[in-house]
Parts: sequence; structure tokens; C-alpha cells
Amino acid sequence: MNTSLLWLIPTLPFAGFLINGTIGRKLPRALVATIALLFTAAPAFIVAQLWIFMKSAGAPLALTVTSRPWIAVTGFQVNFAFAVDHLTLIMLGVVTGVGFLIHIYSVGYMAHEEGYWRFFAFLNLFMFFMLVLVLASSFLLLFVGWEGVGLASYLLIGFYFTRDSAANAGKKAFIVNRIGDFGFLLAMFLLVAHFGTLNFSGIFSRISATSLSGGFLTAIALLLVLGAAGKSAQIPLYIWLPDAMEGPTPVSALIHAATMVTAGIYMVARCHVLFDHSPFALTVVACIGAATALMAATIGMVQNDIKRVLAYSTVSQLGYMFMACGIGAYSAGIFHLMTHAFFKALLFLAAGSVIHALSGEQDMRHMGGLWRKIPITFWTMTAAVFAISGIWPFSGFFSKDEILYQTFISPSPLAKLLWLVGLLTAGLTAFYMFRLWFKTFFGESRSNENAHEEHLAAVHAGKSSTLTLEAEPDSAHAHGVHESPLVMTIPLILLAILSIIGGWVGIPAALGGHNEFAHFLDPVFANAAAPAVEAASHGLEITLAAVSLLTAVLGIFFAWLFYYRKPGTAAELARKFQPVYSLLDHKYWVDEIYGRFIITPLLGFSRIILSGLVDAGIVQGTGAGLAATTRGGGWLVRRIQSGNIRSYAGWLAVGAAAVIAIVLFGHNALPH
Amino acid sequence: MVVPIACYLVLAAVLFSIGIAAFLIRRNIITIFMSIELMLNAVNLTFVAFAHMWHQLSGQIFVFFVMVVAAAEAAVGLAIIIALFRVRQTLNVDQVDLLKN
Repeated sequence: MNTSLLWLIPTLPFAGFLINGTIGRKLPRALVATIALLFTAAPAFIVAQLWIFMKSAGAPLALTVTSRPWIAVTGFQVNFAFAVDHLTLIMLGVVTGVGFLIHIYSVGYMAHEEGYWRFFAFLNLFMFFMLVLVLASSFLLLFVGWEGVGLASYLLIGFYFTRDSAANAGKKAFIVNRIGDFGFLLAMFLLVAHFGTLNFSGIFSRISATSLSGGFLTAIALLLVLGAAGKSAQIPLYIWLPDAMEGPTPVSALIHAATMVTAGIYMVARCHVLFDHSPFALTVVACIGAATALMAATIGMVQNDIKRVLAYSTVSQLGYMFMACGIGAYSAGIFHLMTHAFFKALLFLAAGSVIHALSGEQDMRHMGGLWRKIPITFWTMTAAVFAISGIWPFSGFFSKDEILYQTFISPSPLAKLLWLVGLLTAGLTAFYMFRLWFKTFFGESRSNENAHEEHLAAVHAGKSSTLTLEAEPDSAHAHGVHESPLVMTIPLILLAILSIIGGWVGIPAALGGHNEFAHFLDPVFANAAAPAVEAASHGLEITLAAVSLLTAVLGIFFAWLFYYRKPGTAAELARKFQPVYSLLDHKYWVDEIYGRFIITPLLGFSRIILSGLVDAGIVQGTGAGLAATTRGGGWLVRRIQSGNIRSYAGWLAVGAAAVIAIVLFGHNALPH
Repeated sequence: MVVPIACYLVLAAVLFSIGIAAFLIRRNIITIFMSIELMLNAVNLTFVAFAHMWHQLSGQIFVFFVMVVAAAEAAVGLAIIIALFRVRQTLNVDQVDLLKN
């Protein structure tokens, strides 16, 4: 295997970005899409080669490739260096595979949008940075990718930048992520100060060589957790993700569900050596994860925007992964990361297909009865809904059960509590996902026909004025609800297959499998403080699986009861428990609390101290003062230039007299 | 009979001062022009006096240069005065302040 191929994996999407970003505006849409797809397919192909190589090589995979020094000062050096181990390989597979499918889907979804070239350029840029992130073999290069995906995310959330809400959502995501990045940066500074290097191998080997624990390792780990909480939308920095749904749906699928938001989990897993030496930080991770999972799930129950439900569900599932990492079950967390990438990407893409079918309608209250009209979307989404709810034998069942089981048997004193929270979340997840399913696909069609027609008319008016091509799809639009084109449904079908069988690589021994996934990652997490799996009995594992399955079914039953059998029940309950409903509907008032207690004081401080005193007072004052001094001096000196020849002559005479006086008498007065 | 150098210098200083005073006080541009000539010649006198005293030729040569330059200056200056008079119909320098502001 030629390791220099590794360089190509991220650079190819970057080349795609450069081409589309510079001359894409002038290219025809088909060419823009071809370029974007080609430069995403090629890395996927290389990753496939890596898999084949790994299979044939047998031994634990550890490829590295290093450039000449990037930053080199005395005693500290960073190179551009990529490393591939089993963990990276899984991430590469998820990013390039799911990324490629979503690129295909976007070709259809974005077909009628302005700024087609811009969209694909940004999407390729995202792929570049995400691949740098997972390939990086040092904290600094990981941080480059980390910031880069944040940038791409910002650009794509604000893709419809003429809409205020989209521009604001982009800013919110960027600023909230800055808080996390602050933690990440401080962690890197501490690492440099203590270890003099930022390479993963160097740092982790030195940490595992010592028996140190706690202390500054805890500080570093907690700062990294802050970074991960920002990127992976955990408490207290999760607030940006639901707003990020302002971006186009494929973006929500790729960046805000399948790949970028999992970067925090990847990072924690990558730094497992560090976290294993800090039990306190691990406990914090687990608690943050569990709290986020539960909180987001409860909010998700009452949202009406189909994409927001999915957004909160993403936050909740990320919490799950965090929890898994927090109890040391890293491979379970990564397993869930992978299956989640499949089914959550599918959920978003299917939701996009629903929105597409309804010409832009996102409110579930205006959906219903769609299952006959858009059958492919319906069936693929059904697979995803079953998968996320953890129904056997869909992929989500295995990964979620692995997490719950590992949590239950972990030695942590909080284990049982975390498990209970996880179980409750699983039930809530099943409930709100099936709520979405029933509201969208079953019952009476509640689409507001008038608004729908108006919207269509507006779409057509806009189209005829801005687009000259694409006469054919209009006839499809004219029929109202319609199934999406093949270019969108094929990725749906492929992802649906992955959502069903994706979990079969990790069937636990108790259910007749070999848990190949966990063993695959063993070389990476070998020295992790994972709970002793073999010690627990298979009976316990099967019991726990049954319990979680039962919980999920219970959630489904309630969703069926409330939203299918007696559609009025939910509204009635909402009335009966008005305070609780209001609390959930307003997302625990978190945005408002942050606004009142953090943003308002900060804004006031900025306005009065920074803007009023520092900027207007000192900075501008200095400039204005200098200008006034110069002007005053000029005003004084200007009087000499009278234009009167005799006054000039007079000054000349005075000057000459002064020179003579100095020459004659001055040398006595001046000190020698 | 040898005239002491001081006499020459005093005469030159007196002539120079008259020149300066006239230059500063008079408003007629032709008078001012004449006073410049007076000052130049006062300086010429000192040059010649010192050249005689030190038996050096360079001072006298310098005087020739000054005289040549003064002649050229007179030619240019008078041309300017004529041109100015055509435009402004006056020889009063206080009224010639076009460059002000």
C-alpha cells in the first residue's frame, strides 16, 4: 500500500472546492455536480483500498505519513502528519461513504436552488476539513480540521444568507463553537507546556508510561471536554444545533447529524488514554452525556418542525455516545456513532424528501397521510425510525444495547443511574420518533391546500424569472405531492440498507454474534479501562436487551395511542399539564436564560466598557486628539504664510540676524 | 595712505542696512529691486576689501560672479515686474498676494 495515497484523501475534496469555488459560477450545473461527486468519490475509493489492505495485512493497522516540519522551534515541532489506525478507518469509512451518498442526494435536492456551485464548493470544503480532522496524528492538525469543519458548517448553515434567521443561526453556531474551541486551545497549551509535543503517539505513550492521574491531566481532559461539548452539541453548548437546521437539509444530514457533530466523540475516543487517567473527567463526560440525552429527548417530544425533532434527537443520541465514552466503553460509543451516522443521515434525507414533496413544508401539523404518495421515502424512513428506536434487528438496537449494557455493568458508582437515564431516553426516543412517523405519514392529510397552492405559485413565479432551464420538473411539481427523483431516492435506499444491517457487525456474543466491531477496535482501545465484558453473564445481557426493547415498544405504543388511535389525546395532555408542556415547548427556557444571564450582561459590558470607554474613548480619542493637535498647530503656523513679500523678507532678516547672533555669541552660551 | 579694513566694512554694513531697511519699508517693487542691488553691492565691497587685505584673488573673482548673477537677475526681475504690472496695474507689493490661501 502506497502510504502517500493518504495525502490524496483530503486534498481531492479540496481540489473540488477550489475548482467549484473559483470558476463554478460560470460552469453548467451538471458539470459542477460532476466535479463535486468525482472529488468525493475518489477519497471513498482510496478508503475502500485501505480496507482491503487492512483485511489482507491482518495485523493491527498503523499507517503514518509525515511531511517536513510545519512548525519547528527549539524543543517543539509539528509536522503535517496523518495516521491511520482502526478507529480512523471507521471514521474515514463513515465520512467518505455517507458523505458521498449525501452528495448524490444533494444533486437532486438542490437542483432548483440558487448558488448551486457555492453549495457544492462548501460541501467539498467540509469533506476536506473533516478528513483532515480524522486523519490528523497531532492535536494541532486535528484542531485545523476542527476549526475548518466549523467554518464549513457556518457557511452552510447560512447558505440562504438572505434570510435573517439563517444568517443568525450561522453566527450562533460559530460563536457557541468558539467557546468550546477556547477550551480546546487551552488544553493544547497545557499539553505543550507539560509534554513539549502535540503528537498523539508522543503524548499518549508518556501518559501511559506514568502512573499519574488527576491533577493537570484532569484539567486538560476537562478542557477537551469543553471543546467536545461545543462541537458535539452537549450541555451546556448544545443550543446551536437545533438552530443549525436553517441550512439546507443535506447539510443537516451530513454535517449536523452524521459527521461533524460526532467529532467531539471521536476526539474523546482518540484521547482515551488521557481520559482513562482522569476518572473525574470521565464521570463528567458520562453525566454530561446522560443529562443531554434525556433533556434533548424530552424537548424533542413536543417540537412540530420535522427537522427540529431530528435535531433534538441528534443531540440526544450524541449524549448517548458521550455517556458511552464516559463509562470507558469507547468502542460502544464509536459503534453507535457509526450506526447513528447511517440512520440519522437517512432520517434527515428522508425528511428532506418529505419537505421536497410538500414543496418546502416543514411543519408536521401540516403533513399526514403521505405514506401512499411517497412510498420510497416512507419505507426508507420507516427503516430509519425503527433503527433509531432500537428495534431488533435494526442497527440502532445493537449499538444502543451495547451502550446500555456496558453502562449497567460498569464499575462506576453512578452506573445504575446512568443506565436508568439511558433506558428512559430510549423509551422517549421511540416515542418521539414514532410521533414523527405517525404525524407525517398517517392519518388525514392536514396540508393547508391554499397555502400550498400559493407557495407553489410563488415557487413557479420565482423559477420562471430566475431559471430558464428545467422545464420538465415543473410538470411534476404541478401535481402537488410527488415522490423525489431517482437521484434522491437511491441514496435513501442505500442508507436504509445500511440502517438495517449496519448493526450486524456488532452483534454481542449473548445474541449469537461475535461483537466483531468491538474486537476490530481492540488494538486502539486495548489498554482502555473498559468494563470486563466476559465477566458478566450472557443472561444479564439478554435481560437488559429485552428490557430496553420493551421500553422502546412502550414508547411506540404511546405514540400510536396519542397520534394514530386517538389523535386528540396529545393536545388534551398538553392542556392538562400546561406548565410541563410549556417548559418543554420553550426548550426549558435555556435560550432565554442564556440570553438574560450571559448575553445581556456581555452585551452591556461590550457596549459601555468596550465600545463606549475603550473604543470611543481611548482608541478613537487618541486618533481624534492627534488630528486636533495637528490641525491646531497648522492653524497657528499658517499665519506665517501671509503671501506678503515684505513679511517674508522681514522673517528672513530676523532669521539672518538670529543666525549671526548665534554664530557670534552663541558658542559662549552653549555647553561644550 | 592705507585705509584700514574697518572703514570698508563699516561702509559695507551701512550700505547693507540701508538696503535691508529699504527692502522692508518700501512698497514700490522697483525700489525694492534697487535695494536688493544695494545689498549685493555692499557684500561685493566687503569681498573686495578682504581680497585686497589678504592679497587673494578669489574674493575679486567672486565679485564678478555676483555682478553677473545680479545682471541676470535684473533682466529676469524687470521682465517679471513688467509682466506683473500688465496684469495688476500696480507696483505695490502689498497688493500682490495671489498665493495667499
